Amino acid sequence: MSTATLIPHATHAPEQEWNLPSRGRVAMYCLIIGESAIFVIFVVAYIYYIGRSLTGPTPREVLDVPIFNTICLLSSSLTIWIAERSLERNKIRLFGAWWALTLVLGAIFLVGTGIEWHTLIYEKGLTISTNLFGTTFYSLVGLHASHVIFGLIGLSTVLIFTLLGKVREEHSERIQVLALYWHFVDAVWVVVFTVVYILGR
Amino acid sequence: MADRTFPIEGTLDLTPAHVHEHTWLEVLHEWVTTVDHKKLGIMYVLYGFFFLLVGGAEALAIRVQLAEPNNHFLSPEVYNRFFTMHGTTMVFLVGMTIIFGFANYLVPLMIGARDMAFPRLNAFSFWMTAFGGLMLYYSFLGGSGLYGVGNAPDVGWFAYAPLTARAFSPGNATDYWALALIVTGVGTVGTAINVIATALSMRCKGMTLMRMPLFVWLSVVTSGLTLVTITPLTAAQIMLVIDRYLGGHFFDTQAGGSAVIWMHFFWIFGHPEVYVLVLPAFAIANEIIPVFSRKAIFGYPAMVAASVGIAFVSLGVWAHHMFTIGMTSVSNAFFVLSTMLVGIPTGIKIFNWVATMWGGKIRFATPMLFLTAFVFQFLLAGLTGIMLAVAPWDWQLHNSYFVIAHFHYVLVGAILFAIFGGLYYWFPKATGRMLNETLGKWNFWLFFIGFHVTFDTMHFVGMLGMPRSIYTYEADRGWGHLNLIVSIGAFIQGISVLIFTTNLLWSAFRGKVAGNDPWDAWTLEWAAASPPPVYNFPTEPSVSSRRPLWDLKHPEDPDWKYE
Amino acid sequence: MDREWLRTILRTGTAILFFLLLPAFAFADGPQPVPSIFAPASTPASDIYSLSLFVLAITGGIFVVVGGLLAYVIVRYRDKGDDSDKREPAQIYGSTQIELAWTVIPILIVVVLFLTTARMIFAIQDAPKPPDALDVTVVGHQFWWEFRYPKLGIVTANELHVPLSTNKDPLPTYLKLYSADVDHSFWVPQLAGKTDLIPNHPNITWIEPKSTGLYLGQCAQFCGVEHAEMLLRVYVDTPEQFAAWVKNQQQPAVEDPQVAAGRQVFETESCMNCHTIRGTAATGRFGPDLTHLMSRSTIASGAVPNSEANLRQWIKDPDSFKPGCLMPAMQLTNQQLDEVTAYLETLK
Ligand code: HEA
Ligand code: HEA
Ligand code: HEC
Ligand code: CUA
Ligand SMILES: [Cu+2]
Repeated sequence: MSTATLIPHATHAPEQEWNLPSRGRVAMYCLIIGESAIFVIFVVAYIYYIGRSLTGPTPREVLDVPIFNTICLLSSSLTIWIAERSLERNKIRLFGAWWALTLVLGAIFLVGTGIEWHTLIYEKGLTISTNLFGTTFYSLVGLHASHVIFGLIGLSTVLIFTLLGKVREEHSERIQVLALYWHFVDAVWVVVFTVVYILGR
Repeated sequence: MADRTFPIEGTLDLTPAHVHEHTWLEVLHEWVTTVDHKKLGIMYVLYGFFFLLVGGAEALAIRVQLAEPNNHFLSPEVYNRFFTMHGTTMVFLVGMTIIFGFANYLVPLMIGARDMAFPRLNAFSFWMTAFGGLMLYYSFLGGSGLYGVGNAPDVGWFAYAPLTARAFSPGNATDYWALALIVTGVGTVGTAINVIATALSMRCKGMTLMRMPLFVWLSVVTSGLTLVTITPLTAAQIMLVIDRYLGGHFFDTQAGGSAVIWMHFFWIFGHPEVYVLVLPAFAIANEIIPVFSRKAIFGYPAMVAASVGIAFVSLGVWAHHMFTIGMTSVSNAFFVLSTMLVGIPTGIKIFNWVATMWGGKIRFATPMLFLTAFVFQFLLAGLTGIMLAVAPWDWQLHNSYFVIAHFHYVLVGAILFAIFGGLYYWFPKATGRMLNETLGKWNFWLFFIGFHVTFDTMHFVGMLGMPRSIYTYEADRGWGHLNLIVSIGAFIQGISVLIFTTNLLWSAFRGKVAGNDPWDAWTLEWAAASPPPVYNFPTEPSVSSRRPLWDLKHPEDPDWKYE
Repeated sequence: MDREWLRTILRTGTAILFFLLLPAFAFADGPQPVPSIFAPASTPASDIYSLSLFVLAITGGIFVVVGGLLAYVIVRYRDKGDDSDKREPAQIYGSTQIELAWTVIPILIVVVLFLTTARMIFAIQDAPKPPDALDVTVVGHQFWWEFRYPKLGIVTANELHVPLSTNKDPLPTYLKLYSADVDHSFWVPQLAGKTDLIPNHPNITWIEPKSTGLYLGQCAQFCGVEHAEMLLRVYVDTPEQFAAWVKNQQQPAVEDPQVAAGRQVFETESCMNCHTIRGTAATGRFGPDLTHLMSRSTIASGAVPNSEANLRQWIKDPDSFKPGCLMPAMQLTNQQLDEVTAYLETLK
């Protein structure tokens, strides 16, 4: 007796295609939904506390708008997209180059944030415990920065494998899932930027 | 038509014969390192059950203390720790773990898959949850450093600010509370992602979304809700930790912070959370009630729509926990409306269950006893929920024992009853042996009686003005006798739980051998061997209706003709 | 819905209510001031009471119908156990009409419930404040209540006195609620629903008591170790009693040279860092105002009857009554204890 007959195939239905979404993509979308909820809470707290600090400094006094940083991070979404397309067309070297550029752009952003924080803490005297602005600012921007760090770790891993010559066209799917996360990190920055540097100032 | 040989009465024993006797170390190693969804599912359930005993023991201590006025069984400090730990344990370590255990075990089997989408993530999630629980309980030892042994979180499971600020909660107990829940939260979110990915991407051939067993549907909805529910709590707890460790001011009222915003954050989590807990109970009901009524579930599409509806509406009702904080009358009215609206999809579920039983041939084996009581108690609990949703009345009932009664009616009367029913129902699948029916009947009736003695009476205590979270009360308030009754009921429940424990242990080794399909059921898990082999199904099954095994057993009248 | 229906529903509801409450009253121990929400004595509480009857009637009705159906199904369709008929029952997969019906009817019920509820919310919450209403400021402290009457210049603690309000002469009391530390909640079931006291978030509530007497309540928001003993006593006085009480409270503390030693202890043993006694050097605000301590029938926020022995024991070791409360044991000698107690006993 064959075990294959565990459940009889439906005889009335013609054999049809059986396509299901990729589990990696589903999982990444789920993760993004969950992460978004975290960011929503932090953003709400930020907005709620705008202008409620009992003592200075105020955002206007100490915050500079990080235009250069923002351009770097946002353009990295574009470069990673080009990298994805290159891989799909099996152009591995091109992929590696664009991927590396993405990584560099992300790293510049992170360094930029580091410099901003350094100035804020040591020159302008704003720490996380100074006032409500400090608390919400460092938490929200820091939360985003920690996501950038995670993203960079992921990107670097892929880069290392690329350099070792292990990445091939069939990995496209997985690479795209990772890129999805990077796009998300960028999108969140748009929100954080608007809230912190435009609304909040 | 293909060959219809079907492995119902153990015709197809797929478990490989054990040639090699395993030493206990090997067995332990196998369980600890496993990524098999069935082993992880069982571990989730056992872990949750262990904490049910712990949380239950805390409840019993609480009930002894409250059995008479001005009692001195527990000191105020210990009492406050116990009710906080009881609530936290029951919600996060019992409810969440057992329901995710069920989902873990059953979802792949029900959709004809060999494992979850991400087995290793699955193991990771389980261990995160497990360590989170241990961490929470470690606070009994480390809450104030080793000098303060015996400390533990004592701020209530809702942990309202600013009571959680360093100024009012010195020591580390509150930190353990926040950190432990962040850790379990990571595990929970991991599992939720896994369940969704599994159900969406791993279904066997022919299992379209509208043919998924309702259990799977509800697991997906629950997991989706979990994603947007646990995360706000995590966010809020990160803020709390920032306040406590880095001197932040999120909830620091001295520095302009707001106590109210914590309440919002907590209940944005807390309210959907209770639906995260109850939807899996619905899921269990959706499997057991049809099988024991011998009828297809009534209104499958409506059940799916109602579940999704409940999930969505439940995201917009949180402030019904905050009617007394002085919101504007318009916000109050808004939350009254949104809260009451939940009653409509929920009502549809109850009606559909009754309609499923209607015209059936109901077999009252232990699982069905529990699930029938579930429907009855959930109905009552929902109606007391509606009473609480009437804001002016809630100004009276809020934080009284009426609320405690309302939510134990759901958490115990609905969820725990469904879990017990589910355990009786699927235990044979997981172990290959039946749970003992006689002990099962004792278990059920004692729990049923104990439950009603305890929690029915609690409503009256609340209406007579007794607030919650109090470690003692004055003799002149007239609550004494009623509280004694409540406590007696709790002990009856305790005896029943002990009977269940005995049943579990005894039946696991001595129980009647079950066979693959002891309940004559219809979903795919009953087509696998009991217990299923690691790979579940030797070949990928394929289905053409919601009840593949019904089709198989009734070739003359298969389901796919009607769907 | 026409009126006949409404009346029927109300009547059914009341019947169910009595059935439900019977055990509650039967077991409530004897004739005491049980703070039941079903024995209202003030305007918002009695409005809520009638609303609750209405809601009980409706939910009771739903329970009877749905519970009845369930019971019927259980009895009628259980497997009778005769093995003669092995066939499965007829399979029914759903019915659009029926499902539509049990969606629409609940929607209608929800509309009714919502409209009644919303009306009551607005009626109570947005009630216009009459100009002659009495103002009281309530400050919640960890484990005790501070009451201030800003227009009358009175500060007292734990026992609130308010005047009776009659139909002829309505005199509601408006309470402004503050917190000095964590969240608390003001709840005297027979007078009104509860309202929270939240730091940085002042609230308002009001009562309009219609019969005199003592009403019990307590803090209804977990606020720490001694949340359970943060009790409340509200005395509703006749206008004459109230006027007399006000007059007494407005006096500075009684000065009795016989107990100067006790006063000395009070002022040197740092009691005065935390307590105020008006007319003396003691102006602390961390603990209750003691100017007219003897006008209160309890101490420690209702936890202990105010007797000489209790007072002495309280000062000696507050934790023996209220473990974890924020008044420290001041390590006084027996003689100091006697003296300070004697002094406090004069603060009529
Ligand atoms: C799984 C748990 C669970 C579930 C399912 C529910 C379900 C509901 N709950 Fe409950 N609730 C809790 C767990 C749960 N609750 C907990 C834990 C708390 C306290 C937390 C704390 O403070 O610590 C709480 C507190 C709580 C409050 C706040 C009380 C307070 O603190 O002041 C309110 C107020 O509105 C409320 C309402 C409701 C309502 C309206 C439902 C509805 O979903 C019920 C819907 C069901 C029905 C209505 C019955 C079936 C319907 C019909 C038969 C159709 C016809 C009916 C109508 C038309 C009305 N709940
Ligand atoms: C799923 C959730 C769940 C479950 C199942 C329960 C179950 C029970 N609960 Fe719980 N409860 C909560 C969730 C739950 N509770 C929550 C969220 C709170 C709010 C907390 C807060 O305010 O912060 C609460 C609060 C709460 C209070 C209010 C405390 C207070 O406000 O002061 C009370 C009081 O009676 C109580 C009683 C009980 C009882 C008697 C049971 C019984 O049903 C328990 C039955 C089980 C047993 C009796 C187990 C028996 C076990 C043994 C006999 C073996 C013991 C031996 C060993 C460990 C070796 N609970
Ligand atoms: C550190 C502050 C502090 C000091 C010092 C202090 N008290 Fe108190 N006292 C309190 C607090 C707080 C309460 C309220 C306790 C409660 O009910 O929880 C209180 C309550 C009381 C009460 C009961 C008042 C009432 O109406 O309920 C009396 C009487 C009293 N104190 C007397 C004294 C005397 C006498 C001394 C000095 C020997 C003293 N206190 C020192 C803080 C203090
Ligand atoms: Cu104050 Cu509880
Ligand atoms: Cu809720």
